[in-house]
Amino acid sequence: MLDGTKPLVRVDDLKMHFPIFKGVLRRRVGEVKAVDGVSFEIYEGETLGLVGESGCGKSTVGRALLRLYDITDGHIEIDGSDISTLSGEALRDMRPRMQMIFQDPQASLNPRMTVGSIIAEPLDEHTNLTRKEKREKVAKLMDAVGLARRFADRYPHEFSGGQRQRIGIARALALNPKFIVCDEPIAALDVSIQAQVVNLLEDLQQEFGLTYLFISHDLSMVRHLATRVAVMYLGKIAELAPRDALYADPKHPYTQALLSAVPHPDPAGDRQHERIILKGDVPSPANPPKGCNFCTRCPKVMEICRSETPEWREVDAGRFVACHLYN
Amino acid sequence: MLDQNANVLDVANLKTVFNTRDGMVHAVNGVSFSLAPGELLGIVGESGSGKSVTMMSLLKLLPMPPAEIQGGSITFDGQDVRAMSEDRLRRLRGGEIGFIFQDPMTSLNPVFNVGFQLMEPLRVHMGMSKAAARVRAKELLELVGIPDAERRLKDFPHQFSGGMRQRVMIAIALACDPKVLIADEPTTALDVTIQAQILELIKDLREKLGMAIIWITHDLGVVAEIADRVAVMYAGQIVEHAPVKELFRNPQHPYTRALLETLPKVEGPRNERLLSIEGQPPSLSEAPSTCEFAPRCKYAFDKCRTDNPARIEVGNSHDVACWWDPTTGGPRDA
Repeated sequence: MLDGTKPLVRVDDLKMHFPIFKGVLRRRVGEVKAVDGVSFEIYEGETLGLVGESGCGKSTVGRALLRLYDITDGHIEIDGSDISTLSGEALRDMRPRMQMIFQDPQASLNPRMTVGSIIAEPLDEHTNLTRKEKREKVAKLMDAVGLARRFADRYPHEFSGGQRQRIGIARALALNPKFIVCDEPIAALDVSIQAQVVNLLEDLQQEFGLTYLFISHDLSMVRHLATRVAVMYLGKIAELAPRDALYADPKHPYTQALLSAVPHPDPAGDRQHERIILKGDVPSPANPPKGCNFCTRCPKVMEICRSETPEWREVDAGRFVACHLYN
Repeated sequence: MLDQNANVLDVANLKTVFNTRDGMVHAVNGVSFSLAPGELLGIVGESGSGKSVTMMSLLKLLPMPPAEIQGGSITFDGQDVRAMSEDRLRRLRGGEIGFIFQDPMTSLNPVFNVGFQLMEPLRVHMGMSKAAARVRAKELLELVGIPDAERRLKDFPHQFSGGMRQRVMIAIALACDPKVLIADEPTTALDVTIQAQILELIKDLREKLGMAIIWITHDLGVVAEIADRVAVMYAGQIVEHAPVKELFRNPQHPYTRALLETLPKVEGPRNERLLSIEGQPPSLSEAPSTCEFAPRCKYAFDKCRTDNPARIEVGNSHDVACWWDPTTGGPRDA
């Protein structure tokens, strides 16, 4: 599999808590534990899929990884340098190596800037290229993502959703990053356009040797795109495994339920997995349950789950699960 | 009801346009379908394909102007909807035809508690007293699986989670025992595990109450799970229509076939590369005179670029609007 390749990103016990302030004096009364101790590695050239439902903290992981937040605790190492406590100029020097593609292409592009200047902005910030060199680079980037060069003087509102996402991708590529966090890049697009963007992401990965963290709630798209998949639930990773192993034989009861809940576009075919309907809703991350996070909805819950937090352990080669069933 | 086999809803050749500052937008271009009592019709299409506008047109829920229903007939339970007075329409909306919208947060009123919003249709449409409506409201919340219904009636929408709010919406839509329930992307804003709960609930309610449902979605997976029949929309027209199993086993229109092929699945073989439909959907600034899908269609030939195909019956209650025949790989003889 991936033996011999080295991890490009290493995350160790990452915690991101957001304080809750209340009352006239805005006293700190608690915290939302959006990410509460996650550890994983991303190998060079691979795509790690990070899936989970809304509010599970998957986007927060992506943002914390790029240090868009000051993290509460833990360590993040990207390309050999520890960035968990960097700030100011030192952090800024790291930025060209790691970039992000956002979910909403409408909201992440400045409506008052032309496409050309949006794509050139990272170059303005981080390089000393001449104006002519920048224009040349922008044209190359637009070729790479499949936008016609003559669109460089147009504004974002003149483009469709899929094309806007291409602009966002071109901007992320401008500084030749090694690592890109894709935060639900296709969630806002139609099915027929989703495939175009996913194919583009795959081509670019091949061409530029990129490493992706692909955050999504779309389990079938992650199956297509990812090398390994991590499943998050309420601020923690429940299971991490190579793609085929995870989809063929999910270990964690939450992964099992999640996979079985995906509607199957074939009314005649038999399902591989029995449909598991979870009861109730996800608890609030401000007040997670004692013991295992999933114990309030787990169909296989045991006594121990309500009192002790399950350990994050490797149950098989490359397969990690946090569940008492596998002790 | 007229007789056992009568359709509860018949729509023929419906046309809706929007008069905007930048010219006309032809959102719905001659849509025809029917709905039998107790049946679930799935309407699939991408954003801008006219699926929501079609349903809004049925009950004149669109702002007019800019919207304008230019033609077609709508028959609900033997009565002509287009000729109905505003008063009669008001009794139809939420009374005989229930509506569930995509986003339960924006379609519930944040300043009234859920009990009030549930009792409103009961009092207006059914003329119930406050006390009777309260009892019925509690039953409805129990019906859609909200625990501790009595107490929850006093809660406001923001106190419910997304899935629970959608259950409240369903309860309101069901309040007056509608003959038809129109659900516009009711699970799109929800997570998969919550979506699975709602789909189970709808299956269950259909068995108990037996109303006909029109389910609008862009997710072919959801349609495969719950629909009896499916209509696929593209550029304001129904391009293919068939019973659900027939459609998935034997798709005829290149657009339907491409949609099914582009979908990655969580089970079964995995393609190395996703097939994609190149190009963009049409802008709809003119009424269609050619096949609207032709510029993106890999099978298109001359006739597709000059004539707009009508829906052709291909057997098994299956019809398709396409000049190309997938069985021969050439033009269809019609």
